[in-house]
Amino acid sequence: MTLDDLIGQVKAAYDSGTQLRLRGAGSKDFYGGMLAGELLDVAGYRGIVAYEPTELYVTAKCGTPLSEIEVALATKGQMLAFEPPHFSGATVGGCVASGLAGPRRQQAGGVRDFVLGVKLIDGSGQVLDFGGQVMKNVAGYDVSRLIAGSMGTLGVIAEVTLKVLPRPIAEQTLCFSFDEATALNKLNQWGGQPLPVSASFWHAGLLWLRLSGAHAAVEAACRKLGGDVVPQGDFLRGAVNAEKHWNSVREQTHPAFAAPFLWRLALPSTTPPVVLEGLCAIEWGGAQRWYAGELPEARAIAASLGGHAVLYRAPESLRCLEGAFAPLTPGMLALHRRIKKTFDPKGILNPGRLYGEL
Amino acid sequence: MTSADPVFKTSQPLLAERLKGVLPAHCLLIDEEDLRPYECDGLTAYRELPMAVCLPETEAQVIDILRTCYQLGVPVVARGAGTGLSGGATPHAQGVVLSLARFNRILRVDRNARLAVVQPGVRNLAVSEAAAPHGLYYAPDPSSQIACTLGGNVAENSGGVHCLKYGLTVHNVLRIRVVSIEGEIFEIGSEAPDSPGYDLLALMIGSEGMLGIVTEVTVKLVPKPELAQVVMASFDHVAKAGDAVAAIIAAGIIPAGLEMMDKPATAAVEPYVKAGYDLDAAAILLCESDGTPEEVAEEIARVTEVLTAAGARGIRVSQSEAERLRFWAGRKAAFPAVGRITPDYYCMDGTIPRKRLAEMLAAIAAMEGKYGLRCANVFHAGDGNLHPLIMYDASKHGEWERAESFGAEILELSVALGGSITGEHGVGIEKINQMCVQYKTPELLTFHRLKEAFDERGLLNPGKAVPSLHRCAEYGRMHVHHGEIKFPELDRF
Repeated sequence: MTLDDLIGQVKAAYDSGTQLRLRGAGSKDFYGGMLAGELLDVAGYRGIVAYEPTELYVTAKCGTPLSEIEVALATKGQMLAFEPPHFSGATVGGCVASGLAGPRRQQAGGVRDFVLGVKLIDGSGQVLDFGGQVMKNVAGYDVSRLIAGSMGTLGVIAEVTLKVLPRPIAEQTLCFSFDEATALNKLNQWGGQPLPVSASFWHAGLLWLRLSGAHAAVEAACRKLGGDVVPQGDFLRGAVNAEKHWNSVREQTHPAFAAPFLWRLALPSTTPPVVLEGLCAIEWGGAQRWYAGELPEARAIAASLGGHAVLYRAPESLRCLEGAFAPLTPGMLALHRRIKKTFDPKGILNPGRLYGEL
Repeated sequence: MTSADPVFKTSQPLLAERLKGVLPAHCLLIDEEDLRPYECDGLTAYRELPMAVCLPETEAQVIDILRTCYQLGVPVVARGAGTGLSGGATPHAQGVVLSLARFNRILRVDRNARLAVVQPGVRNLAVSEAAAPHGLYYAPDPSSQIACTLGGNVAENSGGVHCLKYGLTVHNVLRIRVVSIEGEIFEIGSEAPDSPGYDLLALMIGSEGMLGIVTEVTVKLVPKPELAQVVMASFDHVAKAGDAVAAIIAAGIIPAGLEMMDKPATAAVEPYVKAGYDLDAAAILLCESDGTPEEVAEEIARVTEVLTAAGARGIRVSQSEAERLRFWAGRKAAFPAVGRITPDYYCMDGTIPRKRLAEMLAAIAAMEGKYGLRCANVFHAGDGNLHPLIMYDASKHGEWERAESFGAEILELSVALGGSITGEHGVGIEKINQMCVQYKTPELLTFHRLKEAFDERGLLNPGKAVPSLHRCAEYGRMHVHHGEIKFPELDRF
């Protein structure tokens, strides 16, 4: 598949006013609003375009599997620091469009923090280049980061350039028996100290903490924090080792994420235990909390606490009815519509995937 | 609207009368002698008197000012401390300067949540000072941090010497409160991650006052490292120093700061600050490590090893906080130091891939001959952001014009080498022509449409940051590259 093939398909859809449903590997078909429109399969537009380890960037076509990129980065001791989930074969285009990040988000930042540039095919089939391959670039509006998390509603991400980082020299995982309130207190206390905490995960009375950095820093932090050390290698501790554990959190194969109805609450990290049934996991130092159940009150509770709730996993009919994402104020929605129109004048790209009105 | 620059024409008496209706007398300046101090920002080569300067004290007043200007069709130029180097706050002759200087309160410092809520007129360094008792600080540290404001930092997406490891303003701001030109309030971002909808925070940060007026900023605070130490290495060749930077990154090290100065820069700085720089070296590198004492010791050992292997002719490690600050003092004082050896200097801000550094510096050396002007180079080497300081004398006929052409050539070469015309200073009025080199028509039109989504009548900071296509056509006419005419779809005039 060539760039011209993709452009041709978008142009044809623009001319005929056909709505398009953008899809890479389809690993996140479950996520967001409705899936509507004719399928535009971008998985065939794949491959790493450029990887410069000493310039700390990788440029890849949208259909490139994340795994392919991460294998290339690993040969140079580097990584995608926001640890995006792969689920089943996720592509880099879908990764940026969905804006989903994994456990290391709490230390390294989210997807948008690593986007340096995009080549976008807008809703009229025009190719637009924003950003670039350098770390600092403030010429023009920062459209590249705007695209992260826009769920394919602003354009087809044909190519993307991501900042990469060296893998930490040392990592160690600690485990503590803490109830929810204690875990939240500790996470926020530790967050205010110069400790190399790179991930946290609380589930069923256990707090898992990953430390990453220089050997000396990780060792010093382990001594300071106490807790049980979880073996890194194949030494089993109740059939769990650290890498497998963090991978199961990142890929959501951990039993904590198994419920058919799953809410993701994004909250100020210091929010005390929320009065809501069904807590199954806490991540990102307290800023991301998962709840199982239909929970019609979840959205209002999250908003009252200064955060928001995503109906992360639920039957499509319910996600369309309730909206997968927290509703916008009327003024904000009007602004979103104007921005959408800037990139997609006929509204053909992923209609309803982010909001029913977009 | 997008192809030509708009025209504004409201009379000053009418504007003054309407503003007097919404602002107390001490918040409004309309006499020429009062307007004079606002005629320029840090880019002093461009000056313009506005019709009025508003100094609101409340958000309600900001809304009233904006509504008034919206009704009358009067341009509004927001201003913080006026330290910007690209003319982003240069007034509009038919417009109002909206100074946020009186929005100078720190509203909240939350130790547990590690954040601060501040008004846009608060100085960058004041945030770190307020956070210091909690062992926290605000990471982005532009060289102007004692004076520049958070509002200006948001407008320009400011960086600093530590952004390789700690990020730019866009990575360190959690939330802003914005008033639109129509007086509507938008809350963008929050203390929780990943706000619903589009990432408007990313769009607003660095938008140079073109999309809205910021009235409140929530910033992330990070724990102050226990220790910082800096390695100073000197090199015989600039290319070797550039390779050393790549070698550090390749070794898996992301230093807290990684800066380079060339010989003309160290020569200017050393007599001024006596930092102890090796004046015979073609370039010196400063590489900072921070963290726990154990971590720093480990990283410094690795950095020293890499720099030795890269052919450094001399390496010194700061042995005390005083010595560390002295090593940095030279770098931080590079601009004023150059200011001491030349009547005027013009600071550029291109970014390039690090591996093209030697090529760029050789090209700059050739340009010194071509334009008959000297240039000293300081470089945020870790993230490829080059600050050539072109020395000139504004009182000598033609020197400013030569300096401007020299600068334009550096910026256009930055784009050709795969970089950008601005890494952290913004486009403003200064680099608006080079925007025509960095972007093609479809991107520029998208920028204009995006602006219209926020500011349909083009009243916020008109003539800045994004050029009209007619402007590009005119610029292209003057700079035809390889016989190609840019923007052929437009009529020439």
